[in-house]
Amino acid sequence: MREPAVHLHNLTKVYKVHEREAGLAAAVRSLVRRKTREVRAVDGVSFDVAPGEIVGFLGPNGAGKTTTLKMLSGLLYPTSGDVSVLGFEPYQRQPAFLRNIALVMGQRNQLLWDIPAIDTFELNRVIYRLPERQYRETLDELVTLLDLGDLIHKPVRNLSLGERMKCEIAAALLHRPQVMFLDEPTIGLDVTMQRRIRRFVGEYNRRHGATVLLTSHYMADVVALARRVVVIHHGRILFDGALADLVARFASHKTIVVELPDTLPGGETLARYGEVLEVHPGQVTLRVPKVEAARVTGQLLADLDIRDLTIQDPPIEEVIERVFAQPEGE
Amino acid sequence: MRAIYRAFYRTNLAVQMQYRVAAVIWLLGTVLHPVIYLVVWATVAEAEGGSVGGYSGSQFAAYYITMMVVDHLTFDWHMWEYDYRIREGLLSPVLLRPLHPIHSDIADNLAYKTLTMLVVAPAAILLSLFFRPEFNAPLWAVLAFTPSVVLAFLLRFLSSWALAMTAFWTTRIDAINQSYFVAELFFAGLIAPLALLPGPLRLIANLLPFRWGLAFPVELFLGRLSPLEALTGFGAQLLWIALSLVALRLIWRAGIRRYSAFGA
Repeated sequence: MREPAVHLHNLTKVYKVHEREAGLAAAVRSLVRRKTREVRAVDGVSFDVAPGEIVGFLGPNGAGKTTTLKMLSGLLYPTSGDVSVLGFEPYQRQPAFLRNIALVMGQRNQLLWDIPAIDTFELNRVIYRLPERQYRETLDELVTLLDLGDLIHKPVRNLSLGERMKCEIAAALLHRPQVMFLDEPTIGLDVTMQRRIRRFVGEYNRRHGATVLLTSHYMADVVALARRVVVIHHGRILFDGALADLVARFASHKTIVVELPDTLPGGETLARYGEVLEVHPGQVTLRVPKVEAARVTGQLLADLDIRDLTIQDPPIEEVIERVFAQPEGE
Repeated sequence: MRAIYRAFYRTNLAVQMQYRVAAVIWLLGTVLHPVIYLVVWATVAEAEGGSVGGYSGSQFAAYYITMMVVDHLTFDWHMWEYDYRIREGLLSPVLLRPLHPIHSDIADNLAYKTLTMLVVAPAAILLSLFFRPEFNAPLWAVLAFTPSVVLAFLLRFLSSWALAMTAFWTTRIDAINQSYFVAELFFAGLIAPLALLPGPLRLIANLLPFRWGLAFPVELFLGRLSPLEALTGFGAQLLWIALSLVALRLIWRAGIRRYSAFGA
């Protein structure tokens, strides 16, 4: 087996947070005795990512995703556990490591605000010591894939959020990193722009065999790109496996779509079988608990004159919502 | 490394060109400050019968015009920015680069100086025409002036950058910066030439780094130092540069460790 590109074992990050109650008295008290509380932002997380793999890293706000990505890119020092990326210990921030990774954060930026993005690109060419030819090739490729066109010659402050994000991604990838950490790369962008960035990440991964660890609140990003997802919640791994298995494991219900002759039975009749979600001429959608699905299907087929019947999983958003709603310690 | 500096220099120059008006307003202060001191001290000298503490009116003019240029060439402002950089998360993208962030700040400083010297140099000439300064330094002192300014720049830059790193520990770094600034005002010869200070304060000024980053090159250029004093001065500059470098390395390492422990 090949060496994993990213390896985490029992990775833990504990923040010490100063705590005090509101009000002046509490402020004065806290001068003398500071109360601190430990927050385990990441709590014994272990997983590997193979070279060239795209993994969706999911979790609600505050689950520990960004903290993990920061430890992986060397911005945060782990409290305990092992972490290695391309064989390097990230927190040592060795130049050879930094030259081979990229961290793109939807809300942070590296582009210089006052001047065109191309000037920042040029600066990165020098900082990363990129050969002129390789730089030109990569730049052309990024300009095409991200449809940057003339944007790179406009001062960054004159760009829209989406345009700036595309330029940020280009700036982060000019050095052709082997490992990319994408933290909410599509946040705040419209659907078209989201789709373009999504397509770009997939294409980049195919062309360069780059390893990608991606967080996003948009399930469409994850569905389009990642076959494997790692779900983190309260700092712990809740699930690690194929997206399809996630649905199988966490979906509590199935959706049954039944096609009937135009003479529909009354609503009351159908409600016996499950929760009626939609009624269209000739078609009814029912929601039934997963464990009941087989029994209900059999009954439907026996009782009614059915033309067609399909059993579906609920939409991924619904499943994820359910996963995120898990209380701590389960 | 030279290519990196050239690139940073070019980029920073481009950024600063965006703020020409702001730069001119800042420069007004740069020019006005020494003029005020100059006029005050020249008036005092005249009232005292022509000179005070060994400085005549035209020698004060020489002192403050030279001081203006040296101060401008050697000052650094990054300590005022670090708190903001850390709070706004601007440091993280910089830390992801395979390069120490100090290089970009040095190049930034040099770019700013290039741009602003276009105003400060003519201002110095204008002030000279108006206040008729008296320069009579020996040739060796004039020749030694440039290296002393380079060392003064390094000293002031490194120490202020080391100071900037305290922003990793406190979010109220402005208070520290302000104390540094006040100490500099007195002990670097900004308010008055150090020769005018009472004996004990002069001794303290010699033991602190501030004189070597500012007053020393000025005194050299004015021909007020003996060759031995000049050599001592260079020695002091080198010593403080070395100390600042050591401090900077230690503080940086501890600071980054703290930054990455508490959340970047």
